[in-house]
Amino acid sequence: MAAGSTYTPIATTTLGSAAASYTFSSIPSTYTDLVLVVAGTTSVNGEAILMQYNGDTATNYSFTYLYGTGSAAASGRQSSRAYAALNWGTAFSSTEQSNAIVSIQNYANSTTYKTCIARNNNPNGSSLAGTEAIVSLWRSTAAINSILVKSGSGNMNAGFTLTLYGIQAA
Amino acid sequence: MIGAITAGLFGTGVAASTNSYESIATVTVGAGGSSSITFSSIPSTYKHLQIRAMEAYSGTGFNPKVTFNSDTGANYSWHYVLGNGSAASASAAASQSFMYINSNVAFPIPTVHIIDILDYSNTNKNKTMRTLDGFDTNGSGSGGYAVLWSGAWYNTAAINTITIANGTFAQYSSFALYGIKG
Repeated sequence: MAAGSTYTPIATTTLGSAAASYTFSSIPSTYTDLVLVVAGTTSVNGEAILMQYNGDTATNYSFTYLYGTGSAAASGRQSSRAYAALNWGTAFSSTEQSNAIVSIQNYANSTTYKTCIARNNNPNGSSLAGTEAIVSLWRSTAAINSILVKSGSGNMNAGFTLTLYGIQAA
Repeated sequence: MIGAITAGLFGTGVAASTNSYESIATVTVGAGGSSSITFSSIPSTYKHLQIRAMEAYSGTGFNPKVTFNSDTGANYSWHYVLGNGSAASASAAASQSFMYINSNVAFPIPTVHIIDILDYSNTNKNKTMRTLDGFDTNGSGSGGYAVLWSGAWYNTAAINTITIANGTFAQYSSFALYGIKG
């Protein structure tokens, strides 16, 4: 039933200097969904932004993506990877601001695997500019209590912002 | 026993809010599954609605169908653009009796949906909705889909009921309805 305001910022940061990763830890289990918003540039032009949950670096992740580059649409898949992805068919730029919003739904349940879905927008400046929808699976029933966000091969540049929200259902 | 779940909103007030995004109702499927999910008596006090869902099928897979105000006439249309892991494709259908969202899989792998229903209580315009949804199976079975949907309901009535149905939703499937103020 109606329960009032429910879209709550949990933590936010603006990188003061370039960093290869940033971790949201001790995420409370009191929300229904998490939403992570990232925006900025990366040291590598044509970079992927990736996630790992609960410190799991094993190949328990996979993702399917749909993207358009401005001249064509395409789709791809990566299975048995060591990370979930916020982008893959398109890429973050070293010069122009890119962004991604990822929703991690029912992150705290201990019954199902975890699926997240992201939309990203990567403008001109990247070697892989375009727009994308990407869905990632983590093959674990554990509740998610930490999220490591990392740049695929380089750094997230100074000024890169990462904000985590919690959405609480009635 | 498979039943249908309705989340009624009679007699409930909306608590004072500190922002513009509010939880209206949530349906979580219990043991035995459910053949449909219904949000009824949706208040008209918001600007937009959003449904955030995590679900799977029980028995045989299916594409969930969305209808408004129990209208099962041929008053809907839909489009999609889909990625299946190897290619992108698109399709559309007019004069339909429902709007699709993405096909689902079996737990423990969930399909997730984010459905936006815009200007749902405006009586001067037909209604549109958009959906971002998908799943990934780590390469087994269909492998997964990432999908962008649009849907239209050719009716200017305010939406007060949303039904999602087709096959059987499995236990633990969860649908949460939110209101966004204008």
